[in-house]
Amino acid sequence: MPVFDLSVTPLREFNQALHDIKDGANDTAFEVVNPRGHHSVAVGIDAPVSVEVKGSVGYYCAGMNDGGTVTVHGSAGPGVAENMMSGTVVIEGDASQYAGATGRGGLLVIKGNAASRCGISMKGIDIVVHGSIGHMSAFMAQSGNLVVLGDAGDALGDSLYEARLFVRGSVKSLGADCIEKEMRPEHIEALGALLEKAGVSDAKPEDFKRYGSARTLYTFNIDNADAY
Amino acid sequence: MSYHNPPTPPRKSATFDDATMAEIRRAAATGIYDIRGGGTKRKVPHFDDLLFLGASISRYPLEGYRERCDTSVTLGTRFARKPIKLKIPVTIAGMSFGALSGNAKEALGRGATLSGTSTTTGDGGMTDEERGHSQTLVYQYLPSRYGMNPRDLRRADAIEVVVGQGAKPGGGGMLLGQKISPRVAKMRNLPEGIDQRSACRHPDWTGPDDLEIKINELREITDWEKPIYVKVGGARPYYDTALAVKAGADVVVLDGMQGGTAATQDVFIENVGMPTLACIRPAVQALQDLGMHRKVQLIISGGIRSGADVAKALALGADAVAIGTAALVAIGDNDPRWEEEYRKLGTTAGAYDDWHEGRDPAGITTQDPELASRLDPVIAGRRLANYLKVMTLEAQTIARACGKNHLHNLEPEDLCALTIEASAMAQVPLAGTSWVPGKGGF
Ligand SMILES: Cc1cc2nc3c(=O)[nH]c(=O)nc-3n(C[C@H](O)[C@H](O)[C@H](O)COP(=O)(O)O)c2cc1C
Repeated sequence: MPVFDLSVTPLREFNQALHDIKDGANDTAFEVVNPRGHHSVAVGIDAPVSVEVKGSVGYYCAGMNDGGTVTVHGSAGPGVAENMMSGTVVIEGDASQYAGATGRGGLLVIKGNAASRCGISMKGIDIVVHGSIGHMSAFMAQSGNLVVLGDAGDALGDSLYEARLFVRGSVKSLGADCIEKEMRPEHIEALGALLEKAGVSDAKPEDFKRYGSARTLYTFNIDNADAY
Repeated sequence: MSYHNPPTPPRKSATFDDATMAEIRRAAATGIYDIRGGGTKRKVPHFDDLLFLGASISRYPLEGYRERCDTSVTLGTRFARKPIKLKIPVTIAGMSFGALSGNAKEALGRGATLSGTSTTTGDGGMTDEERGHSQTLVYQYLPSRYGMNPRDLRRADAIEVVVGQGAKPGGGGMLLGQKISPRVAKMRNLPEGIDQRSACRHPDWTGPDDLEIKINELREITDWEKPIYVKVGGARPYYDTALAVKAGADVVVLDGMQGGTAATQDVFIENVGMPTLACIRPAVQALQDLGMHRKVQLIISGGIRSGADVAKALALGADAVAIGTAALVAIGDNDPRWEEEYRKLGTTAGAYDDWHEGRDPAGITTQDPELASRLDPVIAGRRLANYLKVMTLEAQTIARACGKNHLHNLEPEDLCALTIEASAMAQVPLAGTSWVPGKGGF
């Protein structure tokens, strides 16, 4: 397994090695040691590689991941897995702001807590946070699922489109146009499958509440002007 | 005492003019602000207020048809492994598929490719058609991130991080329900038919330090191949240019308040941002102060209409310009041939600006397949190429008259201003004097 020590090897070499992987290549498992908070670690993956990062990373780790499996044995800075297309990103520690921002697919699992704006503008990604999330999470979220085993901060789901939010703990406040919705059997089933995929064994889908868009901001209507 | 008033002509108020009063009545009737397309309609100091001096005893001209006047420009020489080489310094500005029909985007691609210049995607992602028809395509990275994906990043020739636009510095895009067709909705991951408001801030960075990290990420994803542009609206051009350079931009795109938009609030278009003319010198000054003029290229847009405008922007220090509205007019927007239909929409050719409603008789700012089919992309592309050729010839004509063998050799010294305002903004002397307001002289 190729091991990249970022205390001696430039990040550029590591990312280039990931991009140079050809279809059907055998050596697809990478290890990164001494990441030391580097930004843009393992960005632009375009092949089914696996990357184990031994330590904490800075901004945009696994950005635009398309098909890779990236595990960070530490915490992640802002924008982890931003705009992910497909694949899996697991953060063993905590994640900073904008985790999973604009993600279009794949699964992001955060074993600790996530800071503000988790899942902002998400467009199809599934995000599972074992701990709690900060304020303004799922702002303008368009589609996908955000699952939170802990609590959510202020203004959850502000100006939400069609993303589904599931929170087990408390929600400090809901943002404009975000409302609690009924957990119907199909939601319990989908959430159960997602929890299983994310390796969560200590939470039952029935314990979650579902939040979604009231859809009152979908068309301009002067009677809604106060909501903005 | 009785007296008889002689007849006097009715006098309308300059403050409460017809347009102002009509807007008050419109607001009272609807309760919602006016949304429209296009740029500012008010008159602001512009390139028309500058003149070239031409040759004289101390400056000799170049022979019109014999001596070469180069028009090429290379963008992205600072960091990109594959800079962009254009034959002419006039590029096509970012306009989204969604705001524009597929045929209109294709026409822009065809015209630009014939002319050896680039087109730019917009707030809605990249379509296969525009990639196919544009030899050089700049891919916008916008706050909404609609349609953003690594495959399109890699197949783009350059990446433009959009911080703002001149028509609405500080505002996000708008695309109203009439234009959210199934295809547009799918590209943007949105429900069909909703009134869509794009974000005005990027979701995963704030401020110049973050921007630097973001640009670095984009470079890492694309293996440092692509030039990275940063586009800003004309707000604080000195600082925005300096900060974009500091954040690692290869190219700064600066869009003044005359710049068009597909749709935004009229109050925003008319009251926020600085005129294009006022933006150029501060931006160039920032580049010079950092030792980056001509190393980081500057693209100017907002109200560029002719080769004279191109020459003036370049003389003030820009490396290239971008056009939006003029390109749409060249391919058929607001053409009098559709007058009857403009009348039905309550407007007239030349004033049609309800682009957000998607009922464009010319088939350009619409997603209606029937209207869109009115625009023949091959013919329209040829018209754009013709227009770009004329702009280039005009700019060359002026440059030769000033004795320059490259458009980039035009300089502020070649210019004078017609008004005190333009003199102050462009920092060239008022015609017939050596006075530049704020700079001394007499
Ligand atoms: C129909 C239309 C759509 C536009 N869409 C975008 C866009 O998606 N992104 C962007 O950065 N600017 C957009 N703009 C602004 C242009 O990129 C450009 O800044 C402006 O048109 C330049 O000014 P001009 O129209 O006077 O040439 C749009 C402009 C028009 C007219």
